[in-house]
Amino acid sequence: MKKIITSLFLFLLLLKIEAQQEVQMADEMNSNGKIYVVVAVMITILIGITLYLVRIDRKISKLEKNK
Amino acid sequence: MATPKDYMQKQWWKILSIVLLIYTFIAGLLMPVPRIPQLQETIRNLYFHVCMWFAMMILFTISVINAVKYLRNGLLVFDIKARQYAVVGIVFGLLGYLTGTIWMSYTWADPNNPAYASFSSIAREPKLIGAAIALLVYFAYLILRDSIQDLDKKARISAVYNIFAYTLLFPSIWILPRLLPSLHPGKEGNPALNFNDISPTMRLVFYPAVIGWTLLGLWIATLKIRLKILKEKIILP
Repeated sequence: MKKIITSLFLFLLLLKIEAQQEVQMADEMNSNGKIYVVVAVMITILIGITLYLVRIDRKISKLEKNK
Repeated sequence: MATPKDYMQKQWWKILSIVLLIYTFIAGLLMPVPRIPQLQETIRNLYFHVCMWFAMMILFTISVINAVKYLRNGLLVFDIKARQYAVVGIVFGLLGYLTGTIWMSYTWADPNNPAYASFSSIAREPKLIGAAIALLVYFAYLILRDSIQDLDKKARISAVYNIFAYTLLFPSIWILPRLLPSLHPGKEGNPALNFNDISPTMRLVFYPAVIGWTLLGLWIATLKIRLKILKEKIILP
């Protein structure tokens, strides 16, 4: 019985050690909120490109009507 | 004048594309992702880099469908469509290649050595060579087209070549890289499509991202097609 408990304990310890080898991620960047700056920049660029495409779309529609 | 209802009926997919892309950018950067050593946060590139190739493949497929349509009924409109879809597909392919270059230089290169020391192993990567061949074949499509003056001949030859180029995509980017040893993931199946291979939270962003990027490509392609048709009408009354 004692042996089983010891081995179980060792096994759990091993699991814990393995769990501690964590992968480095940008947790800090997410927690202090600066990642939102990146999101804002990317969204701005996307919206800029979209507005540009919409303008081109409108211009072509106008040309198609005038022909 | 088109009423807003008409507009929505015809243009809803453009709005959908932008909404999905905004979702991709927000959720793609903020949603939790699996923690994988080596990849770390770069796993989020799946929503951007991989989607470029998906969009390219779909655009090339539409291009070859239009090429076959041209061969069947000889209307020049289909030739214009085939060409413009192929061009936008090439743009997406180049973007996929460039983003792949950035990604691999941070994940495949050995951080203990200078960057050029890893170059010889990375340059041997079959997926890179295959993708380069595929893109070069499509470059040749454009060169071939623009070198022929006669409109019908140009359309017919380039439609036939388009079918050849599309068929070559399969060995060069789908089959050969899987037969050879490679660092690129996805050798043992279709990791992006296989439901067991991609984590559920990533799937929530990945599939909308593919649709969003593809629709954006379609939008650009339709703009180019409409412009080209207008131009042709000025030249050929």
